[in-house]
Amino acid sequence: MIQITVNVNGEDFDVDVMPELTLLDLLRELGFHSVKKGCGEGDCGACGVILDGIYCKSCLVLAMQADGRSVLTVESMGNVDEPHPLQKAFVDEGAVQCGYCIPSMLLAADALLSENEDPTDDEIKEALDGNLCRCTGYVKQINAVKKAAKVLREEENDNE
Amino acid sequence: MTTSNSWKQVGTNVRKVDGMALATGGSLFVNDLLDPEYLFGAILTSPHAHARILSIDTSEAEALDGVHAVIHYGNVKRVPHTTAGQGYPEPSPYDTYMFDSKVRYVGDRVAAVAADSEDIAREALKLIKVDYEVLEPVFDAVEALKDGAPIIHDEEDARVIIPVFYDKTRNMAAKVETSVGDPDKGFEEADAVVEDVFETHYGHHCPIEPHVTYTKLDPGGRLIITTSTQVPFHVRRIVSQVCEIPVRKIRVIKPRIGGGFGGKQEILLEDVCSKLTLVTGMPVLLNYNREEEFVSSRTRHPSRCYTKLGVKKDGTITAIRLHVVLNTGAYGSHALTVGSNAGSKVLPMYPCENIDFKMEAAYTNLPVGGAYRGYGATQAVFGMEVLIDAAAKEIGMDPIEFRQKNHIVSGQGSPIFKALGEGTEGVEMTIGSCGLEQCIELGSKAIEWGEKAPPSSPSRKRGKGCAILMQGSSIPHVDMGAATLKLNEDGSFNLLMGATDLGTGSDTVLSQIAAEEIGVDVEMIIPLSSDTDITPFDVGAYASSTTYLSGMAVKKTAALIKHQILEAAAEMLGSSVTSLTIENGNIRGGNTDLTISDVALHTLYSENQHQIIASASHITEKSPPPFAAHFVELEVDEDTGMIDVQHYVAAVDCGTTIHPKLAEGQTEGALANGLSYALTEQYIFNEKGKMLNPSFGHYKIFASSDMPKVTTIMVPTYEATGPYGAKSVSEISINGALPAIANAIYDAIGIRITSGPFSPDKILKAIRDKA
Repeated sequence: MIQITVNVNGEDFDVDVMPELTLLDLLRELGFHSVKKGCGEGDCGACGVILDGIYCKSCLVLAMQADGRSVLTVESMGNVDEPHPLQKAFVDEGAVQCGYCIPSMLLAADALLSENEDPTDDEIKEALDGNLCRCTGYVKQINAVKKAAKVLREEENDNE
Repeated sequence: MTTSNSWKQVGTNVRKVDGMALATGGSLFVNDLLDPEYLFGAILTSPHAHARILSIDTSEAEALDGVHAVIHYGNVKRVPHTTAGQGYPEPSPYDTYMFDSKVRYVGDRVAAVAADSEDIAREALKLIKVDYEVLEPVFDAVEALKDGAPIIHDEEDARVIIPVFYDKTRNMAAKVETSVGDPDKGFEEADAVVEDVFETHYGHHCPIEPHVTYTKLDPGGRLIITTSTQVPFHVRRIVSQVCEIPVRKIRVIKPRIGGGFGGKQEILLEDVCSKLTLVTGMPVLLNYNREEEFVSSRTRHPSRCYTKLGVKKDGTITAIRLHVVLNTGAYGSHALTVGSNAGSKVLPMYPCENIDFKMEAAYTNLPVGGAYRGYGATQAVFGMEVLIDAAAKEIGMDPIEFRQKNHIVSGQGSPIFKALGEGTEGVEMTIGSCGLEQCIELGSKAIEWGEKAPPSSPSRKRGKGCAILMQGSSIPHVDMGAATLKLNEDGSFNLLMGATDLGTGSDTVLSQIAAEEIGVDVEMIIPLSSDTDITPFDVGAYASSTTYLSGMAVKKTAALIKHQILEAAAEMLGSSVTSLTIENGNIRGGNTDLTISDVALHTLYSENQHQIIASASHITEKSPPPFAAHFVELEVDEDTGMIDVQHYVAAVDCGTTIHPKLAEGQTEGALANGLSYALTEQYIFNEKGKMLNPSFGHYKIFASSDMPKVTTIMVPTYEATGPYGAKSVSEISINGALPAIANAIYDAIGIRITSGPFSPDKILKAIRDKA
């Protein structure tokens, strides 16, 4: 067992982990159920998190590699009463069907919008390309990201 | 009939009831709902395609620290059953056992373990020693039906439980034949006859959440099964059957489901997981990993469709012949019904006096077929729609004009509807609503049919293709759905439904129907779907039935509870029920400011106290088809064989769209799956029947950047037998890509591709063979 400290959504967790434990399994054990397992091989993208500001697949990261680092999951974006504009746009545009791939896809979209406030369709497709969804055909999700981007730009303009 | 103008809930994009909980990462799926302590289950699968187990030694596995149980054919009672989650009596053969002394495909169950951790469980599997006598396998469906082929189900107890054809001594899991008129004469009368053999390939549903089941005993000893299923009530019945415990001792809970597409209309993990809990007395989690999901769950039955059309020069179709050979794999799950649907969801499209249909489903030593969105229609419509194009070309008619001349219209019937049921005779039916004409018109316009832009590079050729489609809405006289509504003090209602939302949005759609009928906002409806202890029965989410069938059950229930509310209000007001109605939660009629909440408070606490509650059931008399016209524009790169789909148009008539965005979402999701199946998805087997590519890295499903431009057109019609005019929408649009793309490839390069997927190597070979 190796002792590590991982900061998840702003809270430090001191945990003892086996060397082979993945960050995905650690996060789920800690109760962050938004991080989903769809393949465990880095293919489906349901386990995405933001690790030190970079979107990555947590099934491909060992828990001990996250020692001393900060992880954000979708729980950090918003909640039912105060959803993030991306969460609101996804729901309102019909981008959420079964919802299994959605938390991770929202993080990928958030990572995109933090670097590109007005992405094109192709840029959105590229950013979401690692997040497999079998329900929607991605049409509504692309619409939702564009809609949220617009809302976020307007919010920013209002703040200026 | 109320009109769409007066609807306040139906036809609007209300917020999906579970949408925000899902988008904020709520603990909603099976894997999120576990107790602090539980055991991990794991299943040992067969490395051989066909073998007899001579002996099994589990002593080392049992001795491993942390192992609580090892179960296999030697210590589990043999109960013939089907894993197909269908109504009772099931039309699928009873040819499956929790464990058997024979294995019939690579991936078949051999034994299962429950242990303290997943690692220990997997380690224990390695310690199980199995002595196999390897038998000769057969992998090709046509070969399997020939004399002298290895017999896959040579056990005595495999059988069918309804009077349908079944001959396990010839590997025949199902067979159906029907004929109308005089097909031979019809072909003689034709000016042109076109025919070919079309092959459709294995495909997997690929829900992003693999199958998962969690079982435990409650303090009273009842078995609680929380499972990712489309068919909770069938799970309860079949686990009761296989584990030999009474239905009353079982509760099945369906939480949120991470996609199903037919793959979860199957009892695959629930029996084993339950058995492990019954043996150990402890909670057990059992799930498939992605590899097991591909190999050991269910697939789309591959098919060979011998298809033939006779036409006259004026465009009259004189005869249709469709012979389907299905490969059902090692077990006959859904074989009869998928095969029957290959006829019943395809042949009625073109009314014709002479029709010949035959379907044979063969056992092979390959992965098992099952229910998959499209359900037989996907297989048979490929060849049919390609031959429709070919026939039009033979007589020099535009393929769209040919379809317009021949397709079924409102008021027409088909003898096929009665001839082909689902294990029983079908139901005579004439088409009610049919928006096909408008689907074709609007779709043609969107794809700019008849116009051809130059290709984007010299190595490329451009083409357009189309296909028209139909499906059904529920299984008439077979499926049943029921609902209960219960009034609360604040004027809200618990809507308890057997209907199973597997991510489709049916909780939302059914809540809209309840809200519309009662006269309240959808926020006043609290849906709960599929808990066998709490909700009434429903067959489950399959056969495109939820909106049409369960929706009517909800509508009837809502009408009943509305009447109860008005009766109580009339009593309170001293007026008559007929003078009152409900609008937006308020009682209207006469001088009253009563609300539903006032009525609830009065009846719960004041006078004539009672719970206002209602239940209703619904069965359907017909299965009205939704219709669609799909169009595709693509380029074929003659240097690489790559197909570049640039625009896909789906125009769909699903009757009234109760929730337009969800209906579009069903269409877009289905067509994306169809595109992916047509272009990139395939099972690759070695010579021993082992799947070589069971991962998303090697079995390519479409990601966002693979998607072409998509235009979705919903064509409103009104189906008088459906709730607020609705028909089904979920399955139909998976069927269009194979034929529409094949027709566009022909348009581009003049080559008819007759087997899927349309992979670059196949296209390149066809181009070179032609040259």
